[in-house]
Amino acid sequence: MSTPTLESPPAVPEEIQSFTVTLSVRRFNPETDEDPHWENYDVEMYATDRILDALHKIKWEQDGSLSFRRSCAHGICGSDAMRINGRNRLACKTLIKDLDITKPVTVEAIKGLPLEKDLIVDMEPFFESFREVQPFLMAQNTPKDGKERIQTVAQRERFDDTTKCILCAACTSSCPVFWTDGQYFGPAAIVNAHRFIFDSRDENAAVRLDILNDKEGVWRCRTTFNCTEACPRGIQVTQAIAEVKQAIMRGKP
Amino acid sequence: MPQNSAEALTAQRKTTSRRPAGTLYRGREGMWSWVLHRITGVAIFFFLLVHILDTALVRVSPEAYNAVISQYQTPIMGLGEVALVGAIVFHAFNGLRIIAIDFWNAKYQRVLFYVVIGLWVITMLAFTPRHLINVFSH
Repeated sequence: MSTPTLESPPAVPEEIQSFTVTLSVRRFNPETDEDPHWENYDVEMYATDRILDALHKIKWEQDGSLSFRRSCAHGICGSDAMRINGRNRLACKTLIKDLDITKPVTVEAIKGLPLEKDLIVDMEPFFESFREVQPFLMAQNTPKDGKERIQTVAQRERFDDTTKCILCAACTSSCPVFWTDGQYFGPAAIVNAHRFIFDSRDENAAVRLDILNDKEGVWRCRTTFNCTEACPRGIQVTQAIAEVKQAIMRGKP
Repeated sequence: MPQNSAEALTAQRKTTSRRPAGTLYRGREGMWSWVLHRITGVAIFFFLLVHILDTALVRVSPEAYNAVISQYQTPIMGLGEVALVGAIVFHAFNGLRIIAIDFWNAKYQRVLFYVVIGLWVITMLAFTPRHLINVFSH
């Protein structure tokens, strides 16, 4: 069987313009470095490529020791939150065309969590706060004559925004209060508490409101809106925190 | 082998720009309004501390009190008063903005920030010329 060959090559589409983008990555190897340092890499990119593609290119073609987290690479798993040009973003959702490539694009690990290597931080303190707000449905009653807990559209709508969280930590690590006070629950934990506090099927809102009515709870929020701006899912984080504050003052959701 | 890696390391270091610290987080209006609120708040606190101390001086010795207060009549202190009023006006208006965010709606925080700046400019335009004429005509 011979490979079919084309008589004439197909019309070559107009070549897509590519750009040389300089990435300035803040590197840290705990085995050899005392402090993190910046390193520049030049990569050939298209406007539709993402920062994650650039990091892949560096790792696969230039420096295999570059370390970063990524899983799904499509903005769902929340693994690749990092600080791109000084703002928390998902690397897999940041397109080259949206950045100013006349200057090096800075990429560094998210702030406020212990740096492990290059762009990887220890997420444990973040998940610790998440666990503390008891982010799961708690209902003692058995649903009436059936298998479901019925909820109206309006009741579901009440907490819709906060169901979108992917736990990437972009919000929590953009919070100036969290940087200086690691004890603060942080926006992500409050968002996930909000999701159950305002769920009509859940019966333990009072417990969560009590947990968050703490010195390190919602009252630490200084409404800087960094979290709302950083959220890759567009959750109105500061608004959610304000709603929890109001619920605590009312004593009920 | 260790020598090799050491060489590689120095070569790597050479390509490195020496900026050990991370970049400044580029927050937007919300973050900078918070930074200004904190700075003006701390400044006002220290002013109040000094102000309570100098007012308390009148109970210790009226002469000392008069001496201190006359120090405040200098042009430098007059300019300082402009800064003080500026700090208080910003802190007050931004405080109202934060109350609106917490108790009303966080949606308009960016607009409200510019409203705060606008009100601050208007207030200072009304206050500063009048005050400086007073200060420098004495």
